[in-house]
Amino acid sequence: MSALEISDLHKTFLSPEGLPQPVIHVSAFELAERNQVALRGGSGSGKTTFLNLIAGILKPDAGMIKIAGREMSALSESERDRLRATTIGYIFQTFNLLQGYTCLENVLLGMSFGPGVDREFAKALLKRVGLSDRLKHYPRQLSTGQQQRVAVARALANRPKLVLADEPTGNLDQANAREVLGLIRETCGENRAALLLVSHDREVLGQFESVKEFHEINHPVTAREAAR
Amino acid sequence: MSLWRIVYKSLRQHTFSTLITGLSIALAGALLMSVWAVKEQSHAAFTGLTGGFDAVLGVRSAKLQLVLNAIFHMEESPGNLALTDYFEIQKNPNVELAIPIAMGDNYRGHRLVGTIVEMFAQCEYAPGKRHAVKGHGRIFDPTAREALVGSFVAQKLGLKRGDVIHPFHGLIFDEKKEHSETYVVVGVLEPSNTPADRVIWIPLEGIQKMTGHDPQTASDISAILIKLKAGSAIAGQRLSLMYNKQGSRMTFAWPIGQIMAQLFNKIAWVDRVLELVAYLVGCVATASVLASIYNSMNERRREIAILRALGARRSAIFSVIILEAAAIAGLGMLASFFLYSGIMMTVASIVRAQTGVVLDPSAFHPVMIWAPLGMVGLSALAGVVPAVKAYRTDVAENLSPIS
Repeated sequence: MSALEISDLHKTFLSPEGLPQPVIHVSAFELAERNQVALRGGSGSGKTTFLNLIAGILKPDAGMIKIAGREMSALSESERDRLRATTIGYIFQTFNLLQGYTCLENVLLGMSFGPGVDREFAKALLKRVGLSDRLKHYPRQLSTGQQQRVAVARALANRPKLVLADEPTGNLDQANAREVLGLIRETCGENRAALLLVSHDREVLGQFESVKEFHEINHPVTAREAAR
Repeated sequence: MSLWRIVYKSLRQHTFSTLITGLSIALAGALLMSVWAVKEQSHAAFTGLTGGFDAVLGVRSAKLQLVLNAIFHMEESPGNLALTDYFEIQKNPNVELAIPIAMGDNYRGHRLVGTIVEMFAQCEYAPGKRHAVKGHGRIFDPTAREALVGSFVAQKLGLKRGDVIHPFHGLIFDEKKEHSETYVVVGVLEPSNTPADRVIWIPLEGIQKMTGHDPQTASDISAILIKLKAGSAIAGQRLSLMYNKQGSRMTFAWPIGQIMAQLFNKIAWVDRVLELVAYLVGCVATASVLASIYNSMNERRREIAILRALGARRSAIFSVIILEAAAIAGLGMLASFFLYSGIMMTVASIVRAQTGVVLDPSAFHPVMIWAPLGMVGLSALAGVVPAVKAYRTDVAENLSPIS
């Protein structure tokens, strides 16, 4: 069973002038279980929209997204929320940690909407990312590299089948970026999660055996172009 | 991590606005509860407090003035009665006990009330309770210049047995109007929580024959306190008919509780205005909960988007905001009980000093149940507005910039 299967996925936004602006048209995409794939794409190419569609944060206009065998597009919004909480881990470029919560609480919070809180596993994850002595620290008390490590631990908190990483090293210096990227890849492997990472950073992409060009899988067309 | 935990975290993150909003709820809740409790308690106290008497007989005047003057030791005396009027009603078969009182002097602002020893020896101010004298004190000798001091006066002026007091003429203290007589304090009354606590009792003749008083009125009295025989309804009606309808010189104020209730009915509009103000303050306070949370929504959009990205449902986010509004109100109402106690203690001390009527700040009142429930419910309802805004938060738009 694939971790992710996509077919004929469409997403169009309206421009400020009210004109339809196609952003996503992915005819087919597949990510095998425990596989790790990087998507290369420039700014504004629709990478984040693509990940948000996969995560169920955005609803596609048409097409099919199957996560670990469950078709996302057939689900109601609350079912998509549930599927996201239990099956998908999401690592953001800007970390998106909650500032009022400690490291441990940020990870526990990720668990609370999923299958349930497992404090020992949360601690083990934070230990794995090298933050066992920072459990009670707040994000503002951590370096950016450490914050992204917390985000990695949080993404894996519910033992997801698929981890989405959106420019996870974009806000880190080179040394930290290399370290965090290695950590993401290792922990996903250890937790048997497939990894789909998007980036435009050559060094990051160089770490992956499988790198796909986003513009090769995504062909958004306007209605006028389609008519032609 | 439960929703309550998320609510707690959110309140902690916004400690200042939580405290300010909670305080406004506390003030509103305390005001609401105080208005109701003072109204209910004072109504019950003033209409139920008769000093053990059923009626007051005085010179022709308003019944309310007679009762306020003779029972609560407030207001001016409307005029005097002849002592023969006392002897006459004392013999009436419907009367069980008649106590004459005379007023017109004070000691440092506290009224001197002349009366007879039966006031203390026979009168029960509440079922089974008679005015008792503290320690080794005793009731005054009716033929001597002796005084029995009410507990509140004794406490306020520091009077004790053996002290000598110098009465002043009139009901309002004026240093220039000192009488030449002196009275020795022979006892201090035990607190009775009645207006008797806030006056100084002396023999009836003491007031009547004080130097400087008009010799022609030396035998006059201010009013007669009357306890009717059992079956007082019929007895009261008979006497009322006799003095109020058939006579024109005197007024028989009966029943005391009903006369006081009429006073409360007359000023019921004040109660209603106070209630309205309290309700409005409550509404303003709950609106402040709405404003406080609503104003924080912009800075919380990202936080909400993160929670949603982690898998929180829209309904969970909606519930968190509602619970937050209810929690602020709940915390505010907890604090309101402390403020309520403070307000009630202040009001009780003022009412006691002015009227002798004792309000109990710790007494239970149903308002203590419905006011907190109402404020929490109303605040939760007010929370719906920001909750809807949170519910509608666009996750993708608020997570991070689209690349």
